[in-house]
Amino acid sequence: MVEQQRTELWRWTESRWMNPDLDWRGKLITSGIDVGSVSSQAVILTDGELYAYSNMRTGVDSPDSAMKAINWAMENTGLTLKDLAYTVGTGYGRVNVPFSQRAITEIACHARGGNFMYGPTVRTILDMGGQDCKAIHCDEKGKVTNFLMNDKCAAGTGRGMEVFADLLGVSINDVGDLSLQVDKEPPPVSSTCVVYAKTEATGLLREGWPKNKVLAAYCSAMAHRIMTLLERIGVEEDFAITGGIAKNKGVVTRLEKEVGIPIMKTKYDTQIAGAIGAALFAKALLEKTKK
Amino acid sequence: MIANYGYKDGSGDYFIAIDTDKCDGCKDCVSACPYGVLDVGPDQNDPLSDNEVAFVTEAERKKIKYTCAPCKPMTNRPPLPCIASCKQKAISHSW
Repeated sequence: MVEQQRTELWRWTESRWMNPDLDWRGKLITSGIDVGSVSSQAVILTDGELYAYSNMRTGVDSPDSAMKAINWAMENTGLTLKDLAYTVGTGYGRVNVPFSQRAITEIACHARGGNFMYGPTVRTILDMGGQDCKAIHCDEKGKVTNFLMNDKCAAGTGRGMEVFADLLGVSINDVGDLSLQVDKEPPPVSSTCVVYAKTEATGLLREGWPKNKVLAAYCSAMAHRIMTLLERIGVEEDFAITGGIAKNKGVVTRLEKEVGIPIMKTKYDTQIAGAIGAALFAKALLEKTKK
Repeated sequence: MIANYGYKDGSGDYFIAIDTDKCDGCKDCVSACPYGVLDVGPDQNDPLSDNEVAFVTEAERKKIKYTCAPCKPMTNRPPLPCIASCKQKAISHSW
């Protein structure tokens, strides 16, 4: 019999959180579902306060991923779909959320969610998602004032990082830390394209470069690539990063150095920004229709 | 809001920027563009506003380098129809 081995190094940790001190009964419950290209999040707010969220991988089927995310967020809370007063869908699969009343672009939701997570002082939000990258300027209320999105090319996105984790046999959660364990910063890989960068990295490994050095070269290429995108709209303080790559210290530290502005910290999971924004819009839209 | 539609790839930056604060939703650019790149509708990125503004259609966002190319000859470039038609001066191209 052929023995098969299957390791999934790109697999990041899915998570779920619930606020045990809050009771949803008798309150206004709104939810936001962010069905992204790589991950899906569901956020539940009670009277505008964060009550529960889930963060998991998107499957091939968007409606199914949305259902799974919301069901996981509602687990053990006693909530059912009927209790959600208003649901807003966002992200790539936003029109495929079966129980939502409205779909809103991820640009608007990230600005709003970023404002909630980082406070009203945040002016630039960089969302480094699974398959795209968005640079957003917003005002103190979380309203978008300038934005730029690149979703044509996967360079500098989570998907690119997954490919590299797989190539180098390193768990995606360890990529950032490993890439920082170099004495001297190696020159970045010259290509921004994931496919070409992978080819180049394979060459470097054959030359005898250790894994951490290759990762450092890729992380710094990614930071540089994002920087050129950011330069188009500029960076205003305060500056925050959302999305999965915000958890990768290798990219964040290098980007912080290039931008020259400290990156804000948050107690929330950086991947839920879009879903929080969607849930906040759900509340705002509900209040608007009641008026 | 400055809305930058387009992309950046290995060959360069291709963005059409629309200043939604200046745009009054008159649709002059929609009829001026020979390739249907622009359209006017509710502001997708400001869901709480009721104003209608111009935007680059979803279908064209990832290929404006090619769609806009006929309006951008290498020599003797005439003013771009979209920019020339906009009385509010709300449209600009990055390339």
